[in-house]
Amino acid sequence: MLANFASIDSLFYLAGLVAVIASLKVVTGNNTVHALLYLVVSLLAVAVCFYLMGAPFAAGLEVIVYAGAILVLFVFAVLMFGLGADETANAPQNKNVANMFGAMFLAFALLIEIVIIINNADLQQNLQANVIDSKAVGIMLYGPYLLAVEIASFLLLAGLLAGYHYAKPDVTRGPL
Amino acid sequence: MMVEMLWKLVEITIIIALLIPIAAMLVWVERRVIGIWQDRCGPNRVGPFGVLQSLADLLKILGKEDWIPPFSDRLVFVLAPVIGAMCVLMSFAVVPFSPSIGVSDLNIGLLFFLAMASLAVYSVVLAGWASNSKYALLGGMRAAAQTVSYEVFMGLSVMGVVLLTGSFNLREIVLAQADGWLIQSQFIGFFIFLVAGIAESHRLPFDLPEAETELTAGFHTEYSGLKFALFFLGEYLGVTLISAMSVVLFFGGWLMPEPLASWLSPLLWFIIKIIFFVLFFILLRTSLPRPRFDQLLKFGWVVMLPLALLNLLVTALLRLTGVL
Repeated sequence: MLANFASIDSLFYLAGLVAVIASLKVVTGNNTVHALLYLVVSLLAVAVCFYLMGAPFAAGLEVIVYAGAILVLFVFAVLMFGLGADETANAPQNKNVANMFGAMFLAFALLIEIVIIINNADLQQNLQANVIDSKAVGIMLYGPYLLAVEIASFLLLAGLLAGYHYAKPDVTRGPL
Repeated sequence: MMVEMLWKLVEITIIIALLIPIAAMLVWVERRVIGIWQDRCGPNRVGPFGVLQSLADLLKILGKEDWIPPFSDRLVFVLAPVIGAMCVLMSFAVVPFSPSIGVSDLNIGLLFFLAMASLAVYSVVLAGWASNSKYALLGGMRAAAQTVSYEVFMGLSVMGVVLLTGSFNLREIVLAQADGWLIQSQFIGFFIFLVAGIAESHRLPFDLPEAETELTAGFHTEYSGLKFALFFLGEYLGVTLISAMSVVLFFGGWLMPEPLASWLSPLLWFIIKIIFFVLFFILLRTSLPRPRFDQLLKFGWVVMLPLALLNLLVTALLRLTGVL
């Protein structure tokens, strides 16, 4: 597989291009559901990028968790609230120049960062040489990063309890 | 290199060219078998024993007007059935049919299957939304809630298998069962996987997204002609896929105990096991009533999720103490 670097590179850039175009369509479209669909495409393209960089486990989880679960909930919410038509009329009309260009500035900083990374040859070699399988991820998670995993799980537990609290029916008023 | 790639393409083409007629034939098998179980004939007019019924159905469907409702979202309306059929067909890429047949030995094969199963829900949800009709929308929303809930413990139920075999690669999972099928220790996991699989392919008794008695036809109310046929194809391919995955994960794939193994080729044994599970799916459809939607969700979260977690915990414990 590693013999034809050129084709892997071109596949990577193709997937990256798809992700960029899809992301642009997400923020420029007027239709909520179409935007969500483009977001799904963008996430799938990013998963392909992960896979080509030698992280199949991360790619699989990207599809299962983001595209398969979180965005389904987004779509579910859109269905629930009957969105979908042109929503720009309801959007706040923002005339403030600082608000418009602040986000652009942040994105520009990220772009410069990425260009520097791509230009760095050593980093590139490291990226392409290491294939990280699920076993390696598991060993890392339950080895050096055990504390972080536990903290994250406590955070999720707190979220679960809060969700339960909000969803609990009001006993004083009875159901309905 | 070139020859290898060509050979792979031929293999993929053959597998798809076999799977789609098999799924179409299942429509006839289902109607015929249900007929026999209910003490009536079933479709028996077209060809010997009615085997050509699916062909007649296909010709009829090709002759129907392929109507896109003017009030629908055209792009998404057309895309939805294609997504459904494609996700299921993609899943077959990681299924090892026999020692030599199988499209890809992906090292995250099991995760790939779960990913495709979770993407398949878009088909139903988007069909429900794009149809722009109340029945379809209700069906789509039910499908989203049902699939997201049942997906959770479908993933958890197969983690016991991963724990015991130490691999996400489906071929390695089959080979690890040479000494004994995983059903011996993972029967609870198998039960949970089967229930979740029925819910994911929204077959009876879990066909709430298309419950005829209350939602006309649910998410595909507005569909006709070829697009409706694609939904149908996706459903029957889904049944075949869940049967194939049950066989691969819990019943040793193409492996059989010794006196039996030499009678037939591994591929044939694999197909026989799949047929067994497909018939079981059909039997379920004929014998169980449909639950209410809130009962379905409650059963998922209150019974199945704790059971799946407990199964995983006990399996891990037994593995750690060296019993398994």
